Amino acid sequence: MADTVYPRLIGARLRSQMSYRASFALDLATQALAQWVELVVILVLFSHVNALGGFSKEEVLLMYAFAGIAFGIADLFAGQLDNLPTYIRAGTFDVLLLRPLGTLPQIMVSDVRLRRIGRIAGALAVMVYALAQVSVVWTPAKVALAIATPLAGAVIFSAIWVVTCSVCFWIVEGREFANAFTYGSGAFTSYPVNVYSAPLRWVMAFIVPGAFVAYYPSLALLGKQDPLGLPGWVGWTSPLVAALAAGVAALVWRFAVRHYRGTGS
Amino acid sequence: MIEVRELRREFRIATSKGLRRNHKTVTAVDGVTFDVRAGEAVGYVGPNGAGKSTTIKMLTGILVPTSGHLRVGGVDPSRQRRDLARRIGVVFGQRSQLWWDLPLQDSFDLLRSIYRVPAQDYRTRLDECVELLGLQETLLTPVRQLSLGQRMRGEITAALLHAPELLVLDEPTIGLDLESKERLREFLADINTRRGTTLLLTTHDLDDIERLCPRLMVIDHGRVLADGPLDELRAEVTPERELVIDLREPGPAPDVPGVTAVRSEAGGLRHHLTFRRAETTAAQLITQVVRQVEVHDLAVVEPEIDDVIRKLYQRQLDQDAHR
Repeated sequence: MADTVYPRLIGARLRSQMSYRASFALDLATQALAQWVELVVILVLFSHVNALGGFSKEEVLLMYAFAGIAFGIADLFAGQLDNLPTYIRAGTFDVLLLRPLGTLPQIMVSDVRLRRIGRIAGALAVMVYALAQVSVVWTPAKVALAIATPLAGAVIFSAIWVVTCSVCFWIVEGREFANAFTYGSGAFTSYPVNVYSAPLRWVMAFIVPGAFVAYYPSLALLGKQDPLGLPGWVGWTSPLVAALAAGVAALVWRFAVRHYRGTGS
Repeated sequence: MIEVRELRREFRIATSKGLRRNHKTVTAVDGVTFDVRAGEAVGYVGPNGAGKSTTIKMLTGILVPTSGHLRVGGVDPSRQRRDLARRIGVVFGQRSQLWWDLPLQDSFDLLRSIYRVPAQDYRTRLDECVELLGLQETLLTPVRQLSLGQRMRGEITAALLHAPELLVLDEPTIGLDLESKERLREFLADINTRRGTTLLLTTHDLDDIERLCPRLMVIDHGRVLADGPLDELRAEVTPERELVIDLREPGPAPDVPGVTAVRSEAGGLRHHLTFRRAETTAAQLITQVVRQVEVHDLAVVEPEIDDVIRKLYQRQLDQDAHR
């Protein structure tokens, strides 16, 4: 029965969201709209230039779509961590510690933001469009890559969320800081990495492994050379990077909760 | 059930003075030692900031002690948090563990899967709580629409579904009306005696203690000031008892050795006498009094529990001053 706990908790959350039907519908629409606004920015950009960092409109749209889906899925589960300051201040976090379950999974399912599905659906549509436009030599491996990329990206984004939100255990109002990385990296990954200046690129690409969400996998999929000179196989390592990021995130979270409970300081 | 030795917990608090930021260490719990046997019902009282909540948080595995020894049901709460969680129930008066937007019944169902309660046990326990707490009408109401009293009854049911050996209640009756309070006390007394569930409760309402807890622990400034049966604490801090007699005819107070007449009322019809419980029993005293005067009515007044606790604080202050 243990394996059914989390699906049940998610189900409960969905039912409570449905108890506010009107606001739910509105949220769903707002989210889809938000996703399209970002799309318009890219389209406007390409009405003035033909290529961005050596990438065509469709290729950039593909990166945007991968990043959008990944971010949407991550937001669905890890986005609840934005509520962590409230949880800590109101003592709800203590209630989570009283249950025989891990604190992180409990928070993740505590408020599945179903409205984000609007965002994911929007990005998915763009992905299908972009994949149809760009020239890819399809092999089974590349099909697998196209499916794995948004999922690995979701794990990477979630890990970023967990790590940065852990700051709230030290500084309760650390949310602005965390958001700079979570939503910031969401925006960052929608464009080719080589358009950014070197310091930002290095931080956002390798320390926060945002470049592995969409940029490198897209290169591998398109069979393009990295303008920054990394070998081609790097584009296939996103799932590995995702696993690594998840591991780091789990450790950071454990350390942070330990600090909260009083052995960390 | 609970074993606490020299338990300490410090907090580091940031203090900023101008641009300088300093840390000072505040000791919330300062060397607390006590045991609670299985089946006991213990009241844990003290003023705000005395260290009650911090103790509770350490007992339930939320906070890790700074030092000291702590076992609850044989496990170390901070290290074996999840094992402990399956064996204890915790109710916080001011924070909910129910799902706000869902019907009460749904919260219970979710807790059943969280605690992996077998279906049959779950049914029996839930039915029992619903029956005794009168929750039939509220099971399908979203928690956010429940009254405070209904919600607290829901919280207690939620904490009992996995049949915990120990139930910890932090201010369970706060904000409740008299009727709801009484209902809760009756229920808690019942599960304590009938199921043998150990109770540990913090409260500001001393009626809770009087009604539920044969044993009282008083804490202040992180230290246990007193620990024992309520009656004994009373005897210890207020060695004098009071006898109130109403006479048939107005007259002077009877003169009995070892008794002080403190005041008279109603023109000499009513007299308040105090005597030391160590020296005389109420029965002996009454026998002597009725020999001297004609008594219409009499009553032995025990000091109020508030007075007992106030005196305990006072005694501690005096001791601190003498050191």
